[in-house]
Amino acid sequence: MARKSRTQPSRDRELLRQMLRIRRFEERCVELYSGEKIRGFMHLYIGEEAVAAGVCHALTPEDTVVSTYREHGHALARGVPAKTIMAEMYGRVSGTSRGRGGSMHIFDAARRFYGGNAIVGGGLPLAVGLALADKLLERPRVTACFFGEGAMAEGEFHECLNLASLWRLPVLFACENNQYAMGTALARSQAETDLALRAAAYDVAAWPVDGMDARAVADAAGKACEAVRAGAGPHFLELRTYRFRAHSMYDPDRYRDKAEIEQWKHRDPLDVIELPGPETAELEKEIAQELDEAIDFAERAPLEPVEELTRFVYSEV
Amino acid sequence: MTTYREAMREAISEALLADERVFLMGEDVGMYGGCFAVSLGLLEKFGPERVRDTPLSESAFVGAGIGAAMGGMRPIVEIMTVNFSLLALDQILNNAATILHMSGGQFNVPLVIRMTTGAGRQLAAQHSHSLEGWYAHIPGLRILAPATVADARWMLAPALADPDPVLIFEHGSLYNVPGEPGTEKVDIVSAAVRRPGRDVTLLAYGGTLHKALSAAEELAGGGIEAEVVDLRVLRPLDEASIVASVAKTHRAVIVDEGWRSGSLSAEIAARLADRAFYELDAPVERVCTAEVPIPYARHMEEAALPQVPAVVEAARRAVSS
Ligand SMILES: Cc1ncc(C[n+]2csc(CCOP(=O)(O)OP(=O)(O)O)c2C)c(N)n1
Repeated sequence: MARKSRTQPSRDRELLRQMLRIRRFEERCVELYSGEKIRGFMHLYIGEEAVAAGVCHALTPEDTVVSTYREHGHALARGVPAKTIMAEMYGRVSGTSRGRGGSMHIFDAARRFYGGNAIVGGGLPLAVGLALADKLLERPRVTACFFGEGAMAEGEFHECLNLASLWRLPVLFACENNQYAMGTALARSQAETDLALRAAAYDVAAWPVDGMDARAVADAAGKACEAVRAGAGPHFLELRTYRFRAHSMYDPDRYRDKAEIEQWKHRDPLDVIELPGPETAELEKEIAQELDEAIDFAERAPLEPVEELTRFVYSEV
Repeated sequence: MTTYREAMREAISEALLADERVFLMGEDVGMYGGCFAVSLGLLEKFGPERVRDTPLSESAFVGAGIGAAMGGMRPIVEIMTVNFSLLALDQILNNAATILHMSGGQFNVPLVIRMTTGAGRQLAAQHSHSLEGWYAHIPGLRILAPATVADARWMLAPALADPDPVLIFEHGSLYNVPGEPGTEKVDIVSAAVRRPGRDVTLLAYGGTLHKALSAAEELAGGGIEAEVVDLRVLRPLDEASIVASVAKTHRAVIVDEGWRSGSLSAEIAARLADRAFYELDAPVERVCTAEVPIPYARHMEEAALPQVPAVVEAARRAVSS
């Protein structure tokens, strides 16, 4: 159990608020998925909330986020409204991507959220390019790029770390090490399991972080972002975490030991931060209402007319 | 009765039993049981040497499959979906398809690559594309699209026996389809007439075969007898069978889940113009996927894909012109 402290009450409240929003949002999603309101592939973030909450806490609205298919948490923590995410999952035109993306492809230009990408490693080169643009245009931004430890086996990871380091680009590589890539445990798929060491091989500043403790994540991400902003080049955080649920709604989860899952649940990120008095209950109430409204919004949101199918293949100028 | 998935598993299992040189490798094929559960149980039966889990490294493990084939093994490489095969496209095109020719016939690549393709399950663009037509563009590859349980059961063995690289495309919506695998071996060179008819030829493959058969059923209700030809082998195309059917019906409708521009359907239409021009009584019709990345929302996805009513309409148009 991580130690509980009462320092920085407003930060604690915000971290817990974001984690609770993510957890409750996804719990609702599970119900909606069973009710066939949400379809397709859906990957839950339950258990990993501290990572999104902590990393996004360190970012400014000017910064950029590049995400994966497991991105509800990143999107929510980044400030993408729950109602537009929900409408997207309902396939409605009022969704973040007009219903064209679904759970795996949340995009929000206003929040500089450059998408859920469903090709493992597919977001990494985008992050490098976004950061390159910032560097060329002399904008003091950080691009935070989320990806799983499984993505570190892809060639793109190596190519991107090399490029980002070579050009000293302002990228925060946020590796969510939840130990499994679908059914494949890290040690069964990658020869060197010390992930920070591998990043460091590209001359990138890298260190591991307790990804179940939002405060530890926020501290580490804050420190890394500061350095990135100061021109120190890319940074890499290995955020050690665990998904409490299966890989996706289709996964029978045969490859993990039930005892292992239970053990990690004892380190639930929601339990790490304790707020004084009735504050948590108040947050819960506030969030429940936000989610009721989000679902109501999605239920009422219109479908896009079929006549618009071929829009957005090319830009409308 | 069995399913397409079980037929495929049976074929892989048989191949592993029949030849020590055969092994299966890919992401999550072992411990997880295959992301579409095709290889479920095979790890327990054959062990991790022969049912080999790979890291997320499409280029590396497909390329390694090519090397292993050149080194005397008979690998079956599974790529989760055609969308992810693009990370290995360089290996498939620049190595697998090319080495025999570049080496002046010295080195062949007896490799089988299996992958899923196709849309229809609301998985959005990055999980839904039908790119088998692109692979059918590449000389040096044999491209198979089993659409029936029998083909799923019996195409793998001749694919493994082929001295050259063979790609097998399994449409994601077929795995649960039930059917009789039978005991009859199949070849991997010819198209198959799945339903005889005299008025119009519906040319389809993989996921579109079943839509073409439904359309033919509906057309029959209106007195139009459609012949349904399952292309099965997308490269090299069985041109003779295609032309023979069109010479009989004088009308052709191609049903292709690829995009229309530069597609397999475009190739077939061109060949018909070339080889069967004087047999045609109507312009060749094509029912393809709309020229958009596949959307998630169900109504939009349905609108993007070739559907039975569109096939029926195209066939009626051809017959009445
Ligand atoms: C290039 C590519 N290969 C395979 C897949 C299928 N796939 C989707 S998620 C996943 C596991 C990725 O694991 P990891 O990077 O650790 O992220 P996590 O899902 O654990 O968050 C796989 C194999 C894919 N989407 N893209």
